[in-house]
Amino acid sequence: MMGSILKVENLSLTADKEKLLKAVSFEIKKGEVFALVGESGSGKSLTSLAIMRLLPDAISVSSGDIKLRNRSLFVLPEYQMQKVRGKSIAMIFQEPMSALNPVMTVGEQVAEVIKIHLGLKKDAIKKKVISLFEEVALKDPKERYHWYPHQLSGGQKQRVMIAIALACEPDLLIADEPTTALDVTIQAQVLKLLKKIQAERKLSILFITHDMAVVSQMADHIAVMRQGEILEQAVCEVFFNAPRHPYTKKLLKDAAHRKEGREKKQHTERLLEVKNLKVYFPIKKGFFQRTVGYVKAVDSVTLSIPKGKTLALVGESGSGKSTIGRAILSLVPIAGGAVIFEKQNLARLNQTALKPYRRKIQVIFQDPFSALNPRMTIGNIIREGMVSLGVGPKERTLQDVYIKELLLKVDLKEAYIHRYPHEFSGGQRQRIGIARALAVKPELIICDEPTSALDVSVRAQILTLLRKLQQESGVSYLFITHDLSIVPAIADEVAVMKEGKIVEQGSVSQVMENPQHSYTQILLASAPKLPYII
Amino acid sequence: MNIVLLWTDMLVWILVIVVAIWGLFISRSSQVQKQWHTVFKSSIAMASAIVLLFYLLFTLLDSVHMHFTANATASNGQTVQYKAETVSLLDLIFVHNLKSTERTYSAPFATHEYSKSVIVDDKGVTRQGYLPLRYVSKKGNLVEKSLFAVLVGLFISSLIILLHLFWQSSGNFKSVFLKNWKAQSVLPWRTAYLTIIFLVVLLTWLYMLSFDYHVLGTDKVGGDVLYQSFKSIRTGVLIGILTTLIMLPVAVLLGVSAGLFGGWVDDAIQYLYTTLSSIPGVLLIAAGVLSMQVMMDAHPSWFETTLERSDLRLLFLIMILGITSWTGLCRMLRAETLRISQMEFVTAAKAFGVGNLMIILRHIVPNLMHIILISVVLDFSGLVLAEAVLSYVGVGVDPTMYSWGNMINQARLEMARDPMVWWSLFSAFVFMFILVLAANLLSDRIQTVLDPRNK
Repeated sequence: MMGSILKVENLSLTADKEKLLKAVSFEIKKGEVFALVGESGSGKSLTSLAIMRLLPDAISVSSGDIKLRNRSLFVLPEYQMQKVRGKSIAMIFQEPMSALNPVMTVGEQVAEVIKIHLGLKKDAIKKKVISLFEEVALKDPKERYHWYPHQLSGGQKQRVMIAIALACEPDLLIADEPTTALDVTIQAQVLKLLKKIQAERKLSILFITHDMAVVSQMADHIAVMRQGEILEQAVCEVFFNAPRHPYTKKLLKDAAHRKEGREKKQHTERLLEVKNLKVYFPIKKGFFQRTVGYVKAVDSVTLSIPKGKTLALVGESGSGKSTIGRAILSLVPIAGGAVIFEKQNLARLNQTALKPYRRKIQVIFQDPFSALNPRMTIGNIIREGMVSLGVGPKERTLQDVYIKELLLKVDLKEAYIHRYPHEFSGGQRQRIGIARALAVKPELIICDEPTSALDVSVRAQILTLLRKLQQESGVSYLFITHDLSIVPAIADEVAVMKEGKIVEQGSVSQVMENPQHSYTQILLASAPKLPYII
Repeated sequence: MNIVLLWTDMLVWILVIVVAIWGLFISRSSQVQKQWHTVFKSSIAMASAIVLLFYLLFTLLDSVHMHFTANATASNGQTVQYKAETVSLLDLIFVHNLKSTERTYSAPFATHEYSKSVIVDDKGVTRQGYLPLRYVSKKGNLVEKSLFAVLVGLFISSLIILLHLFWQSSGNFKSVFLKNWKAQSVLPWRTAYLTIIFLVVLLTWLYMLSFDYHVLGTDKVGGDVLYQSFKSIRTGVLIGILTTLIMLPVAVLLGVSAGLFGGWVDDAIQYLYTTLSSIPGVLLIAAGVLSMQVMMDAHPSWFETTLERSDLRLLFLIMILGITSWTGLCRMLRAETLRISQMEFVTAAKAFGVGNLMIILRHIVPNLMHIILISVVLDFSGLVLAEAVLSYVGVGVDPTMYSWGNMINQARLEMARDPMVWWSLFSAFVFMFILVLAANLLSDRIQTVLDPRNK
């Protein structure tokens, strides 16, 4: 029988009479990974803050208790709580960049924690830091001790965060979306590391995430949260084999992205072809900003987009996939190569000659919060492109009718036309972005990570909408993404990109089931998968 | 009598008319109406706006200048025209104070001068004593006069309030009044009424007593301090608003172009404002004012009267202040434009083939509005204070012009004497403080409401 480390009993939180958490109870045993799963706003991060007693002042605990090794945390005075934080309970965050102090070397930051909680001698501290760095598999730990956070990559920073968390040998580690900001291959490495450390140290981990696939790899015990309530708790195998609550079933279904029965036609017509495309960004230095070299963001890329179909462009951050999208839109200067659309090389055209083609190629963005001008009404946002490119009716009242039709088409309400973007949720904003692109009746839409900022269930809705629109209007998509799991759900063909080059292109079944290039194989192996398709 | 148009008069009236037209223009948008409605839901904003309106009223009253020609019959029977001094509407209201110049310092409400002088009485005996003031009436007492003034003030303010209620109610007068009075109306009209009552009563009291007393005392040469303080309002407000008017287009244009176009445009603008802002501001202004002085001395034909000269000098000072003070705002706008131009809605507009000008007008400037607005109001307060400092140093407005800075400058030596002459400094301080405080409170509220991120 393993002892209980943390026990949350009937925890309820309120802010201004609004109930944020409703009687949440769970128990974490020694050496167990407990996953708290839910969409944004479900209260999972609030739970972790309540455990650390770091809740904002506006939120108060209305009932319940949290016990660490059978000692209630709520009755502890603040100075004792400070000892609990960091020593008994440690935390790692989603964004390693903002969690590390940029003006201290990473070694000093780990050393500081050890000094405060363990009170070791200077040499002993340094030795301990280096052994910790070795444990989290940081290369050249002695060297890295003197590095600053900005010199490290995202994955390395997260390793340092883990080292800080482990420094005082805590009983419980709270990992709040620790891999969400990382690339797939790095995510796989960090998860493997966490798993290894957890096994070696018999550590208990409270793992907070929205990603079902990650949960299936990591967790022993799973709790699903929605709107401040725990809907279902189960052991991992039971959870994935026999989910009981309808919401859980829906979550798993949305996460699975079953392959759509897309009919396969051989040799489809090509809408757009990119030949040997090169985009170089100059590196400027010195007083007169002379160009001293180039960053080859896109280096001789050749790909083609099938008509009425979807090409998924997959790659990790910094691989240049978004730049290709921008180059097709002629929003970045092209250093060489051709973008051929309707037998016309767009790369050679100036702004005026390009205008007719602007109507035919449109774009949807990743961040629904920065994609819409906060000072314009939804109606004016959609109207802008219509007026600029001369699509649709000229008269204002008729334009309003046209815009309302579009809003209905993307499953929004007509009345939204006079509202402002801040009144909408992320998913609704993404729909508005889609309506804006559709307003000019494009033939190709470049979707630049349109779902990566959205929750699982919203993501599934947006993908369904995109598919529906494609069937209705025969529009083609260039779907740029880092998330391999959604590729089968949306794409017909896929191109894999690495460091500015396309390493592999082919139909989805070809590439996903029988990858040829080693990088594609690594990518596919790293992507967390759900164990069972329901 | 003819109207005289001074340069600054013209500018301030043009500005008021433009703002009024613009206000009418944008008030058609229900969104803008709603926003300003929200601004004035705060009682502090309401009270501040009314205080500012009173300041603006005095500025405008003081910005209508005219001169009278006095006819007199000369000894040989010919009619001779004497050119009288150019006066403003405010001077006409305070004409009694203009004439009632004493010999030297006197304290507020005093009946005798502040310092002893040598008096020779009827018997030819010389002694030291306080001379009585010439323009202070001996009849009646202060309390009675004050009570009467307060009653008149209450009457006038209730008239204003009744007019407003009448305009607002259109029929059921009583219910609207009760609603406003019990603070159940959407806008805090009760606060507005209280502010109006307070201000009107205070002003009538000051005005009516100024016939019989020097309410805020007199200065070194016997001038009435109350009158000077009221005259200084125009100088302060003008420097505040006209300077921002000159500075704003430069800062917005350069800041937005630097941020949006980048490249050599950005470099050139950055070097320009880095150079400008690395020269001490006071030095630059002093150099500007001195060379302007030389230029004006070389061209005496530019102005006919001392009033026109001081007005021209004020105009030049405003321009110099405008030219030297755009760098801070420009730098902020450049940084914000850099951020906004990376936002995806700007990329979307580019993908729609929207031109640069439309991108600036539709996507960038509206998102800079809160920065512009807040810095305009903050700069306003800063410039009112800067005028005081510059005039104190001696490179500000013309020494013959009434301004808070000149008042402080003249009072500074008297601070050291015992007993202290405090009223000039005090009056300038209070008038300036209320203006700056009201502007800051209102700007705070405007910023909270207009910034969409605060919703």
